[in-house]
This record gives sequence, C-alpha cells and structure tokens, in this order.
Amino acid sequence: MSVARKIISASLLILLLLTACARSESNPNSSKSKTITNTGSDTIVNLALAWAEQFQKEHPDVQISVTGGGSGTGINSLLSGTTDIANASRAMKEEEIATAIKNGFTPKEFVIARDAIGVIVNPENPVQDLTLDQVSKIYKCEINNWSELGGEDRPIVRLSRESNSGTHVYFLETVIRLGSKTDKSIFCPKTLLLPSSEGIIAEVRDNPNAIGYDGLGYITGEVKVMGLAKDSSQPYVIPSEITANNGTYPISRNLFMYTRGEPNGVIADYINWILSPEGQSIVSDLGFIPLKGK
Amino acid sequence: MFKPNPIRIDRNVTYVIKIAGYSCILFLALIFFFLLRNGIPALRDTGLAKLFQTIWYPTEGYFGILPLLFGSLLVTFTAVLIALPFGVGTAVFISEIAPRTMKEILKPLVEILAGMPSVVLGFIGIVVLVPFMQKTFNLPTGLAALTGAILLGLIAIPTIVSIAEDALNAVPQSYRQAAIAMGATRWQTIWGVTVPAARTGILTAIMLGIGRTLGETMAVMMVTGNAAVMPEGLNALIQPVRTMTATIASEMGEVANGSAHYAVLFFIGIVLFIFSLIINIFASWVSTRGRKRAERILS
Repeated sequence: MSVARKIISASLLILLLLTACARSESNPNSSKSKTITNTGSDTIVNLALAWAEQFQKEHPDVQISVTGGGSGTGINSLLSGTTDIANASRAMKEEEIATAIKNGFTPKEFVIARDAIGVIVNPENPVQDLTLDQVSKIYKCEINNWSELGGEDRPIVRLSRESNSGTHVYFLETVIRLGSKTDKSIFCPKTLLLPSSEGIIAEVRDNPNAIGYDGLGYITGEVKVMGLAKDSSQPYVIPSEITANNGTYPISRNLFMYTRGEPNGVIADYINWILSPEGQSIVSDLGFIPLKGK
Repeated sequence: MFKPNPIRIDRNVTYVIKIAGYSCILFLALIFFFLLRNGIPALRDTGLAKLFQTIWYPTEGYFGILPLLFGSLLVTFTAVLIALPFGVGTAVFISEIAPRTMKEILKPLVEILAGMPSVVLGFIGIVVLVPFMQKTFNLPTGLAALTGAILLGLIAIPTIVSIAEDALNAVPQSYRQAAIAMGATRWQTIWGVTVPAARTGILTAIMLGIGRTLGETMAVMMVTGNAAVMPEGLNALIQPVRTMTATIASEMGEVANGSAHYAVLFFIGIVLFIFSLIINIFASWVSTRGRKRAERILS
C-alpha cells in the first residue's frame, strides 16, 4: 500500500516538475510579449488554434492562448472580462448584448469563416437523402424508425451536442424549427446530448441506428454524410465548400469572433490578419469555408 | 544554542491541528451557504411546481428536474447493486482467503484502481463498453443507464473493497479460531462469523460507495447519453439517462450569472448535497450504532 502511494506521489511530483520546467522556459518571453486570450466555440477551436500558431510564428512577441468550451462559454467569458476574443458559432443573443452594455462595452462582431452543418449516419444505413422537414420530424420524435424513411427496421437514435454548443442552437433554429421564429418546438427529450463532437462521431461510426449532426470540419470519413434538400421539390445536395458558398446546401452558417468593443492594438492586428487572404488561406484546410471576395 | 521548549511546541501543534479541524467545518458551512444563496432564488423565480416537472430543456425555460433526479438515482443504485457482490467478495477474498503474498499484491492494486481518474474509465467506456453493450444486447444505443452503472460500479468497487477489508481485518483472530475449533468450514466461518462481525464496517463501505457513485460526473457524462427522459419501468435501464451531476457539469459553463437557469443548477447542487448528507448521516449512524452494540457484547 505504501509502495503504491510512493510511486503515485513520485510520479505526480515528476509531472509537476516537468510542467514547472515547461512554464519557466516560456516565461522569459511573456514578460515583454503581448497576450491574447481566445475562448469559445468547440467548432472553431481547431481553426482558432491553427490561426494562433501561424500568427505567433510571424509575430514572436505575441502569445495567443486558445481554449474551447462552447459558444455560450466563450460569450460568457467575454461578458465577465476573462477573455479578449470570444469565438462563437452563433450570433450573440439580444440579452447577451444587453448584459455586455450593462458591463460597459458594446461587443464588436466579426464574421471569420463559414461552416456547413452535415447530417451524418452510419455507413451501413441505406438511407441517402433527407429533406429538412424529415430531419426536423426525426428530432421532434415524430419519425421514430428508419423504415419510415425507406431504411431498415431500426429505431432511430438521435444525437446532438449539449445546449451550450452554438451548433445545437443553430440546428434548433434552422432545422428543427425550419427557421420559423414563432415555432417553439424543441429537441425531444429522447435526444442524446453528448459533450463533444468526437463523442457524436464515435457513436455514429459504431451504431447503425444513430443520426447526428456536426460542423463539416469535424466530420471524418468513417461516417456517411446525408444529402439534404429544403423540401421534396428541391434537389438533394451534399455539403461542400462549393455548395455552401453558392447557397444550394440548405444549412450553412457564419462563424464569429467577438471583441470587447472596437478592438485595438495587437487584438486588432490579429483580427485583421485573420480576415486577410493569408489568414483565410488556412480555413479550407480545416474543413471550413473561407469568406468570399477576400 | 536554541533549545526548543517541548511544552510550547506541544501547545502550538495542538493549536494548528485544532485550526485544521475547525476549518473543515467552516468550509462545509461556507459551501452550504454559497449553495443556498445561489440556489434559493430558483424556488422564488421558478417555483417548486415548475421545478418538479418532467421536461428539462433549460434554454427554453423548461426546468423540470425530475428526470435528472430519477436518472441519478437509477444509475447510482444499479451501480451499487453491481459493485456490492464484487466489492464485498473481493474484500472477503483479500482478508480471509488469499495467501499472504497475494494479499500484498492485491491490496495495492485495488488502491491503484481507486486512484484511476474517472475520465480514463469514461474513455474506455466510450470506446469499448458502449459498442459492446449495443451489440450484445441489441440495444438502440449503447449509451444507456446500464452502461453508466457498470462503469460507476467499477469506480465504487475499490472504495467498498478498501473499507470492507479494513472492517474484516479488525475482526479479532480469536473469532475465527473459535469457529474453526467448533468444526466450522472456512465458508461457514466467513458467512456465519467473520462477515456478520464486520457487518457495520461493510455497511459503511457500501454507503460510502453509494456516495462516491452519486457524486461521480465525468464517466457518467461520457457514457449515459445525457438524454433527460423520465425512467419508466425496468426498460429504463437500457435507455439513455441524464444525471444531476452531468447536467451541472455540462451546463454551468454556459449560463449567465444570476439567470434562472443558473439558480436552478445551484438548486440541483443543493439536492445533490442533501442526498449525500443523508447518505453520510446514515453511514455514520450505522457505524456508531454497531460500535455501541459491539461494546455491549464485549463488556
């Protein structure tokens, strides 16, 4: 017993020392460097990391720390002043803007890229295409078996991100409510809310009953992306950079960054760089859609 | 040369220890007041009638905590049902049956298992257990209450083993010798003498196991699917559930300070706190009651 304890505490100590070393190596820089904190959407986090890495390479005096947590988390950090830039895969809500003004600043919005939402199923699932209305009915528990959609006789298991995800909110408003402001329907309680995109991909990969949705940047080759149509009279379209940009794919959205008021100094430099052709050139490598006309 | 005064050292050490002891009470009180202060507004703004509803979708104002409450209870008690035979069995094996060398190996192994971060178990759960459950039992999805309960059982076992084994070890050797002298077999000794003698300790172990399971967050969040459905009947075991802890963990980051949702999350915290308080009080009541009885017998 005591041996095990000693081993554990020894390894903890080593770990601590290692992290301490890593810290002290980077410390001399930070004393004169400028730091930007960047928090929010898990959809954007990989893109934000890629941007931060590239920008730091070109500007060694700038340190950018990027964390995820969800769009709601990012916006809350912006409101409470714990982050400089909030990443969000949805626009700020009116009450969030009101809180910001109460806290003494008007948030400044930047569209930094676009993202298509793919509806995904297991590769074994024979169903190829869905209309938005069918997807909406699936998530409202009005369609409960794949056989109703021309598939096998299997129950439908609905997967979603947690409600702090901007993707969740976008999907609710655009797909489940079909864009109607007066529609108050919600995800039916049977919907599984998974804490991460990886969790959704893993379950769809392993489970032929499952249906899920996620940003195109997260979808791997192990799952099948559905073709979607606005309604049955329209053609079914597979999401891609082209179909999202020419508007034929029905569910694509803007991705945002928010700052506390008009940005200045190094934060303004960073955002301008992101919006420049150089910054936008990384976007499609990560599966997102670069802004047009830049 | 400076010579320390033993009396003064004694007084100072006592003083430090006293502060440490009292600070524990202070922290507990502070935590409780913090929970109350943030959670009580839920009663005022949302109201009990709305809290005890069956739909949980807080971003649209549905604050029914019943599915979360029953979700937690379902997963916890199933987990304890799974952990109980394995935990007590392992404790009996380590304490009564295993030869000395094996005991020396097993005990630290169990303690390492106790120190395993639950997120690691959750990860194993998601990669191995979830697809396994789905295929073996032909479930709609492997992300279900039972999967969570099995993982939580694994987490509770080391706690139960460790405390139950201590209790069994504390049974005087003379009890076993007497039983064997009377002609009892090893099984009869264990079942008829040792385990009953250590009963209160084993009960405490189980109660603490329940406490550990109820409070566990990460592993359940990863494998139970987090769908806030009301469990109905035995079927609920193979359906997804959402526990109170997973709800707090996944939603706390998003809520605006002071909003209704924020207060309700703290209210769930109060409910959890009360649950674990009841479990702990019951555990200590069981163990003190047992000690008095034992003292009575011995005197």
